[in-house]
Amino acid sequence: MVSPASDVMLLVNGELRVARVEPRRTLLGVLREELALTGAKSVCEMGDCGACTVDLDGQPVYSCLILAVECDGHRIRTVEGLARAGGDGAETLDPVQQAFVECDALQCGFCTPGQIMSLRTLLDANTTPSDEEIRRAISGNLCRCGAYEHIVQAGHRAVELEAGR
Amino acid sequence: MTTTNWSDRSSFSVVGARRPRVDARQKVTGQSRDSSDVHPTGMLYARVLRSPFPHARIRSINASKASALPGVRGVIHHGNTPDIEWYKDGHVFEQVVRFVGDEVAAVAADTEDIAEDALRLIEVDYEPLPFAADLDAAMASDAPEVRPGGNFTEPEVYERGEPRAQLEQADVVIDGTYTTAAALHNALESHGGLASWEGDVLTLWDSTQAVFTVRAQVADALGLSLDRVRVVMDHMGGGFGAKQVAWKHSVLAALLSREAGRPVRLVLDRHAENLAAGNRNPTRQRVRLGARRDGTLIAIDVRIEAQVGAYEAGGESSDIAGAFQSVYRCDHVRTEQVGVFTNTGPAVAFRAPGHVEAAFALECSMDELARALQMDPVELRLKNYATRLQTADLPYSTPDSLRLCYERATEAFRPSEASPASGPSKRRGRGFAAHDWSGGGSPPAYAWIKLNPDGRVDLVTGTQDLGTGTRTGLAVIAAEELGLRVEDVHVHLGDTALGPYAPTSNGSKTLASVGPAVHSAARHVREQLLEEASSFVEERPDDLELSEGWIVKRGVPSDRVMSVADLTGRIAPKMLQGFGERGPNADGMAVRTFGAHFVELEVDTSTGQIDVLRVAASHDCGRILNPVTVESQVSGGIVQGLGYALMEERVLDPRAGVVLNANIEDYHVPTVADAPVVTHAHLDVPDPYANELGAKGIGEPPLVPTAPAIANAVYDALGARIRDLPITPARVLQALAERDEGADRPSGAAT
Repeated sequence: MVSPASDVMLLVNGELRVARVEPRRTLLGVLREELALTGAKSVCEMGDCGACTVDLDGQPVYSCLILAVECDGHRIRTVEGLARAGGDGAETLDPVQQAFVECDALQCGFCTPGQIMSLRTLLDANTTPSDEEIRRAISGNLCRCGAYEHIVQAGHRAVELEAGR
Repeated sequence: MTTTNWSDRSSFSVVGARRPRVDARQKVTGQSRDSSDVHPTGMLYARVLRSPFPHARIRSINASKASALPGVRGVIHHGNTPDIEWYKDGHVFEQVVRFVGDEVAAVAADTEDIAEDALRLIEVDYEPLPFAADLDAAMASDAPEVRPGGNFTEPEVYERGEPRAQLEQADVVIDGTYTTAAALHNALESHGGLASWEGDVLTLWDSTQAVFTVRAQVADALGLSLDRVRVVMDHMGGGFGAKQVAWKHSVLAALLSREAGRPVRLVLDRHAENLAAGNRNPTRQRVRLGARRDGTLIAIDVRIEAQVGAYEAGGESSDIAGAFQSVYRCDHVRTEQVGVFTNTGPAVAFRAPGHVEAAFALECSMDELARALQMDPVELRLKNYATRLQTADLPYSTPDSLRLCYERATEAFRPSEASPASGPSKRRGRGFAAHDWSGGGSPPAYAWIKLNPDGRVDLVTGTQDLGTGTRTGLAVIAAEELGLRVEDVHVHLGDTALGPYAPTSNGSKTLASVGPAVHSAARHVREQLLEEASSFVEERPDDLELSEGWIVKRGVPSDRVMSVADLTGRIAPKMLQGFGERGPNADGMAVRTFGAHFVELEVDTSTGQIDVLRVAASHDCGRILNPVTVESQVSGGIVQGLGYALMEERVLDPRAGVVLNANIEDYHVPTVADAPVVTHAHLDVPDPYANELGAKGIGEPPLVPTAPAIANAVYDALGARIRDLPITPARVLQALAERDEGADRPSGAAT
């Protein structure tokens, strides 16, 4: 049952991190349990809900469906890596994060990191997405509180904020 | 009558303003710590072995191989654990398991994977027993006993007047049987948390709506005094009612942690969550309404069967009968509700428990009555809505609210704005439904305010924020009363050791129960603050007030005497503290919340697919502290109600007793593609009898009228009545086939 563990090197939020993992360990498991990055949430463990969405080499992925060993040497960005430290020590939110705050695009907040990462990767690839493209980007992110209306608004607001930067 | 402090005020500085929630920043940065995120040094992971049989006697359990697996730190089961009572008339580990998913054993290990491996090494010898997994099977005359003592709870019968006699004299009688499915809460954060002992003190981080209830239940189960159990919940990924009682995971984690001498995390996986952590009870409701030709409702008679599952989990009861007794003015009402035990996971409250199920049957029946009378559905309701609580013979504190909700929802919907269907196979329909619910709150609830030397506030109370916006609402109340900015108030909640008692977050009552306690604590601080200030500035306290962080001359906000921070700094380390409690409710008055939805949808008659296009929603939740979070609650409730109406159903194979969709792949919840456009038309009228804030709850109401409004719109579109939830494409196609078949037959079938 237990297979030998191996070291994986992950470039997480710009930092090189090394973790010793069994082959069956998912990227989500390593982020949450080994690297203390608990923004990505474990909900369904089968790629249905999107709460574990992270950015892998510029693509949004369900980190519960990817083995950590597959990510050796790859670049990963999580919700914890979006805000930028400002000169005065205060963090400046990413435009997508800022838009979620302004539009109240969250209730319990459990799906929020995944929603934000889906929209962040969309905006990285497409600075002027249509309403349809925004909706499609989060179509794999469930929100049980039903905040969808505000999440879509936040997608549009993020586009505005990004354009104004 | 309570004269409300806030009802006398003409203006507010922060109440009523649109603002982001106070914890939004933590949530968008991934920094809010949910109970399932807590990860202390040395933590072990626990997993639970669950029964694969719907009903079986455990002959023996052999866990020796599991215990011997390297990395396993503890295995507990019926054979090695003292009997601990759980549920009503049940135990943490039963020798007879009663549903697929019932707890058999639990393991703690160094990693999740080892714990999972260990479960497979536990050998259990089961003797399968006959079972009954649905209403029909459990109610059959030769049904196997789900529990010792039979398959039924004591029927609850309510009667006023002579409903049966009146039904015989009615000009029109509507008689329909409605069924609703088991809906699974599927809060994204499943049930679970962490147990950790320091000596004989147990700390539980739990994803719960009720830290004090969990403390009481776990202390009782383990034979500990209340001060030896501390329950903490900082943030949580939703609850929707299912987390208002303690569940077995807390006790299992505590037992394993004590055995291993290390902290233990036990978080249910999605499969277990959907088997063994609650569900909205499936129902069958036979409704009979009698009316005069002019639309006056003269009799209501309903018999309700509700599927309880294998155990009674406690918490709020599913009062399905209540809505039939209260929404409409009617002198002749009979309701009978009986719970039916089945070999399925225990049911538990789910956002407006009972009322959601009832609203579907009642409001669809009203629609049927309107059709039979050829009356407008809103007009029929205007003729019959209640203005007093008939079960207690008390007037409603806001007797016009239900009518106003009807009117505002209709106005916001703009029924005259017709848009054509989007294709030849498409049919459009509109539907209306309304409801009442609780939400006025009650004592006891307590809050504590500490004014720091820098003039900023720590607000402490033992309540919970499920994602409803409790933190934000309480911060607004304290800031308003103390003349501070909302960001000057830091809210600490969800900790039984550090915060004073606050009730379970259910019944849409948190704001209306805890809010007044915060208000009272803030007033207590304010009095002391003005008293202190008067000694510095030689003004009488009565001549001073607080405004925008300043102590000012009463009535002259521009005449600033000194800043609050200046004063608190000068008196430091002396600290001003305020203690507040929720006062009593007004006598002789029933406080309720109300709401109405108007829905437009489109049905594709070739596929049976339903697209809900728009919803106009009007709700009475008293004074609104923050319209943003109210709109979030309303839109979210509508999305959940849409799921209940169209797609959510725990599917069970009655021959095997096995749930076929215990995940969120096959159990469908709404996605962004399903969310309709919502027009908000809330009343925002302070309820002077609810409490001194005039505020009531909005957590549950938005879900209540959604499903019947959708069902009524489906009828409007198709001319076929679907009386079973969810209204799946298959049911739509079947209803169309039956409609067309009926049209081919000679008339007479309907008499």
